[in-house]
Amino acid sequence: MSNIALSYSSITKKVFLAIAGLFLISFLVLHLVINLLLLSSDGGMAYTEAVHFMTTNPIIKVMEIFLFGGFALHIILGIIIQIQNWMARPVRYKVEGYSHNSFFSKYMIHTGAIIFIFLMVHFFNFYFVKLGWVSPPAGLEREDFFQMATLLFSNNFYAILYMVLMVFLAFHLNHAFQSAFQTLGLNHSKYTPAIKFIGTLYSVIVPAGFALIPAYFLFFK
Amino acid sequence: MNFTLKIWRQKNAKAKGKFVTYKINDISSNCSFLEMLDILNEQLVVKGEEPVAFDHDCREGICGTCSLYINGRPHGPDDAVTTCQLHMRKFKDGDTIVVEPWRAKPFPVIRDLICDRQAFDKIIQAGGFISVNTGGIPDANAILIPKEKADYSMDAAACIGCGACVAACKNASAMLFVAAKVSHLALLPQGKAEASERVQAMVSKMDELGFGNCTNTGACEAECPKQISITNIARMNREFLGAKLGAQKKRASGGGGF
Repeated sequence: MSNIALSYSSITKKVFLAIAGLFLISFLVLHLVINLLLLSSDGGMAYTEAVHFMTTNPIIKVMEIFLFGGFALHIILGIIIQIQNWMARPVRYKVEGYSHNSFFSKYMIHTGAIIFIFLMVHFFNFYFVKLGWVSPPAGLEREDFFQMATLLFSNNFYAILYMVLMVFLAFHLNHAFQSAFQTLGLNHSKYTPAIKFIGTLYSVIVPAGFALIPAYFLFFK
Repeated sequence: MNFTLKIWRQKNAKAKGKFVTYKINDISSNCSFLEMLDILNEQLVVKGEEPVAFDHDCREGICGTCSLYINGRPHGPDDAVTTCQLHMRKFKDGDTIVVEPWRAKPFPVIRDLICDRQAFDKIIQAGGFISVNTGGIPDANAILIPKEKADYSMDAAACIGCGACVAACKNASAMLFVAAKVSHLALLPQGKAEASERVQAMVSKMDELGFGNCTNTGACEAECPKQISITNIARMNREFLGAKLGAQKKRASGGGGF
């Protein structure tokens, strides 16, 4: 795969990176909406119903393959591009990067790596449990995501870690959205300011929404 | 004004370079940065030392020959100027100034502060031109060009090819340079004819030479002495995508052009 990726031009690679990224951005909204159901006081009824739908609906099953493909593409291309970028300047400057630029754009690989580590933890906590690769916490059913989530968020250490992680996700997303449009060549004097505004808004609201749930468990449970 | 200079010295392309510190005194605040280096070099020659080699030519900001990465910024601490247009009044008396050559794999340092920027010429040779048959002089107004298009084209054509975009970019990407060269031709009817081949050839050469990938940080735009906007990069991405997706399969041609 990496050999094929290397033979593509820099712009082609970036276009795929951007498209995969935008797809992940759209997925994140759906994920957040379902997660927010955890805050409902119905004892997890709505959340369990939503999880049931997401794990059994055939269309979602197909989309799941695209989702994993999107993650894989985004991660692999991101790493290849970063390695090429490091190789493009073998001798570093003594006085580094004073130039004014978008701050978060400089740390995409770092914030990306942190998010990737969390993604792995996330897989071990939920997805692999569902598949039966990892055994569920003692006394819980394999499909009982509500109890698993409640158990995790009741752990103060995990809850705080989760909220810190959302800050890094926000940093990553802050540059991601508008950058994807620029890469796709979608730059326009009328619409680009709106895209930048929406991107910033998204990068604050979505991670804040995710962080709201552990915060609720931490302070109100 | 008095300064402490930390200058990168390197005998030749193969030699291992190092920073050498020089003290320089009684410099006029109206001195340009290059004039200050001239004064330093005269003092070095008098002392029997090797003068500092640096690129310069027109000294009026239009040739793109001067470079220098000064205190972490290409062309130093001023906006929209080249190093030859930078004045010492932009520094504080007693400042320490670190002077480095451009750093990028396709721009190897060949001596002191001089790096080889032929990579840019190779990109231009790959497609940064229009093919014109010789013949009578065409009438200036034979092809109508909207004023707005002409202005955008002129903005991009202001690129002097100095390489500050590559030097400023954390990825040593040449996207702003290539985008400017692609844009100023793609915007005009004369450049449209070969636009699709041009953008593909130039991007492919840029990749081959080992420049980094653009991550839309915007440092190039901030440091460009001609203030070329990264909207040109978006235009190039658009041109490139259109060319890749829309171009027909190659067929045997009668020669000429690309």
